[in-house]
Amino acid sequence: MAWCETSMPKRWLLGVVLLLMASCVVPGRSNHEQAGALGLGRPATADDIRAWNIDANPSGEGLPVGQGTAAGGAAVYASKCARCHGPTGVEGPMDRLVGGRDTLASTSPVKTVGSYWPYATTLYDYIYRAMPFDAPQSLTVDEVYAVTAWLLHENGITEADTVIDARTLPQIPMPNRHGFVPDPRPDVPGP
Amino acid sequence: MDTDRAEESGRHDGSTSAPLVDRRRFLAGSAALIAQGSATLVFGAAPADVTEGDPMRTPGSPARRYGDRSPFEAPVRLSGGSHSLTPLEHLHGIVTPSSLHFERHHNGVPAIDPLRHRLLIHGLVDRPLIFTIHELQRFPSVSRHAFIECAGNSRSGWQGAQDLTLQELHGLTSTSEWTGVKLSTLLEATGVRPEAAWMLAEGSDAAGLTRSVPLTGDVLSEAVVCYGQNGEALRPEQGYPLRLLLPGLEGNINVKWLRRLKLGTAPFMTRWETSKYTDLMPDGSAYQFSLVMEAKSVITNPCGRQQIHPGFHEIRGLAWSGRGRVRKVEVSLDAGGTWQEAQLQEPVISKCHTRFRFPWRWNGQEVILQSRCVDDTGYRQPSREALVKVRGVHSNYHYNGIQSWKIDRDGLVRNVDA
Repeated sequence: MAWCETSMPKRWLLGVVLLLMASCVVPGRSNHEQAGALGLGRPATADDIRAWNIDANPSGEGLPVGQGTAAGGAAVYASKCARCHGPTGVEGPMDRLVGGRDTLASTSPVKTVGSYWPYATTLYDYIYRAMPFDAPQSLTVDEVYAVTAWLLHENGITEADTVIDARTLPQIPMPNRHGFVPDPRPDVPGP
Repeated sequence: MDTDRAEESGRHDGSTSAPLVDRRRFLAGSAALIAQGSATLVFGAAPADVTEGDPMRTPGSPARRYGDRSPFEAPVRLSGGSHSLTPLEHLHGIVTPSSLHFERHHNGVPAIDPLRHRLLIHGLVDRPLIFTIHELQRFPSVSRHAFIECAGNSRSGWQGAQDLTLQELHGLTSTSEWTGVKLSTLLEATGVRPEAAWMLAEGSDAAGLTRSVPLTGDVLSEAVVCYGQNGEALRPEQGYPLRLLLPGLEGNINVKWLRRLKLGTAPFMTRWETSKYTDLMPDGSAYQFSLVMEAKSVITNPCGRQQIHPGFHEIRGLAWSGRGRVRKVEVSLDAGGTWQEAQLQEPVISKCHTRFRFPWRWNGQEVILQSRCVDDTGYRQPSREALVKVRGVHSNYHYNGIQSWKIDRDGLVRNVDA
């Protein structure tokens, strides 16, 4: 191609022109190509995705850098959670979080983090995005890990000094981990 | 209180209030005639009485920019703060007026500026994309009628019959015409990868509500990312400016205020599909991802806490199935001893409320009315007894047992187990 044979300064100039085109003109075309045949929507950048990608799942994917222990979590719980869930996570008035082990098959089942929740990662995901109820997303990453550690410890699942972080949380063996079955319905005979 | 409620629930109470007014006026007029002994006074006064409230004698109000219902119409949702119930006993046909569509939210209804709202689709896609509402509205659109029913609707049935109204018992279901862009269209635009089997849907409310949606054939062919409801924009309490519609699946997974769809290989195990919306069985295990709302029917006229009078009544009701069309509804006038087929109002739409009717004359004797339905998969709505036998009384969600209304000799209608 002709431009390959031009002298250095000219090639440099061409480079600048191409760079300008890339920054001004090409994005429009690139939008069109990237958004599929209809050309609607704009490509999401890594920064766009990072800002919104707040979920954490059982594999540990999405858990951020940070850590906490039950000792640190006690203070967070007392100041941010106890008002709704009770001083020890049992009293309410909102969802009971602690206790209820081995009650699920009884006539008075008590569903708590310790007795019912199958994955510990759900604690991080939910507390980070939705708690405290009156100020969601106001806790720091370390505060969420700490209060998660406190809840796990109060439920007798971890030790007081267990460090909860992105590596340890997915490995916590939840008591009701295997308590769920895929939807078997229709399961009830009709008349 | 009971009397008030019976009167409030009242268009089916055999109301005699209108004729009474006429009779009172007539009597008053007669008394005046006798007292005054003057025909002129009667003729002079009569026009004033006759024209009072006569819409033919007074020019009506001018056209309005945005309409309201008649001030004589009073049905409202019953609100409990984080939810409100549709007054099914006061609705005609199958569409729920947007203002009466039930609500359930988990940290209030957000106020969202549609110009600032975005939908991000990412994860296992070739081209992560961000859409404005305007861009989503430019995509090829679809409209369809569908019911949305909260998984907790009718939940008191697990504990046994309580003496409540239809609205209080079953008011967490509503039907709208929904408009938007098919989910599959958006997934195609982003180049969803073949290994993607689940999709996290996230709302931009203060609950940041998230659910994992299995990318089944039904979901891929029927799911709609909606911006329209009953001909106008979604109502704020229904997810304005954007919600996911998954016809036939429990209300909670029809994520409102939708801001993000993330494709993955496995469910994300959010709080709403582990701690909640799972069905605890008597042996301590729990059904998970029990998403379909199974077939249910209820008689909406007559119904709980109404007062009826002997004579003709059209038994009316609603039936629906999250698996498809309602094939048949039957009505029993003898507590399930015998059944007769009800008439279905066309069109019968898949995964949509279906209206049924059955003409009936009440002879004033004690009676128990029931309805049951069959959908086009052959699934038959079960009795409460059959449900409880399999699932116990602690599963909390997805109750669809046959509803029984007992009418006592005094005409009062009550919810009973029969």
